[in-house]
Amino acid sequence: MLGPLDYAIWSVGFLMEIYVVVCSLFRRDFLRYIPLNIYMLAVALVTWGQYHFIHAYGLKSQNYFYYYYYSDTLLCILMYLVIIHFYQQVFSEMKVSRYIRGAAALLLAATAFFSYLVVHQNKDHLTTRFVVELEQNTNFVVVVLTYLLWGAILKLRETRTRLIQLVLALGVAFSATAGSYALRNLFPEAYMLRWVPPIMGVWLPLAWAYTFTKVPEESRLATARLLARAR
Amino acid sequence: MMAALICVISVVAFLQFFISYCRSILATSRKIQLSDRVREVTGIVSQNVAAEDFQRLLQLVRLCPERGDDQTEIRAVGTYYGFLHVIGRACRSIIPSLAAWSERERQSCSYFAAVALDRRISYSRDLLTQQAGDRF
Repeated sequence: MLGPLDYAIWSVGFLMEIYVVVCSLFRRDFLRYIPLNIYMLAVALVTWGQYHFIHAYGLKSQNYFYYYYYSDTLLCILMYLVIIHFYQQVFSEMKVSRYIRGAAALLLAATAFFSYLVVHQNKDHLTTRFVVELEQNTNFVVVVLTYLLWGAILKLRETRTRLIQLVLALGVAFSATAGSYALRNLFPEAYMLRWVPPIMGVWLPLAWAYTFTKVPEESRLATARLLARAR
Repeated sequence: MMAALICVISVVAFLQFFISYCRSILATSRKIQLSDRVREVTGIVSQNVAAEDFQRLLQLVRLCPERGDDQTEIRAVGTYYGFLHVIGRACRSIIPSLAAWSERERQSCSYFAAVALDRRISYSRDLLTQQAGDRF
């Protein structure tokens, strides 16, 4: 049974996802950040689907369980596209977007092939543990890609505040989620960890909404200021 | 084994992303000079604001009418300040350089709170002026 806090987190997340899309439409940034907006729309759609699955089959049902994990894995693939779009923006001046597109297609094909192999090998026992592990791995790939992107931003001294904040918010959300899934794999009884993915589900649209609302496209920031150094 | 490795890497990455994100919010306030008005209200004399002043400044911020657009960043910086406070206390005797870094970061948080207060005071004055204008 869902409590008021679950519904509150859910509603805020859903509203923020819609807000990000509406905000970028109003500020004429929809096309500039089209993969991000498609991702936000997809997340909103999945959230809406979750609500219907819970009411039709119940929170503890197998249907909801598999819907939750597999839709989230699909969202992770959409997230790859968002990250690749960020890579293209960071490397835009180097005119290497053709290579980025090629590498992205290769990565997507490799991920799909690896996932197919894993699913094919486990098709007789698609257990809870397997699903959580798949979720943990796909989230971790996103963390690695975001971390490499952050490294590139620092190395190339990227100054666009909006891009920097979008990438950092993404890094916070996915590293927390991947870490919580890994901890759940290690300690399946740790009940508190179940709150991390929904909270991060609110954090990401909230942080992106903040960036689109408060940070203009022209705003610049020296990345050296962001590095934490103990002098 | 794999899960433990992913957990450790994710926690390290999370800390880096979280600290950098909060610093990106703080960086915007560093460019802004504090007005004489806010210095008078808070008793801040020097360019830097003391780390311990953060809570006091935040209480003053809460006394002012809400602008409606600064709640998210105040909350994020408040969380960051709490995190730094814990780090500072835990590392004071073990890693003094980390404790000193946390102190400098908390000073930035306090400066951010002072800037937020400055904005809210300006907003309150604007509201008062507007109300006085409507009355006459």
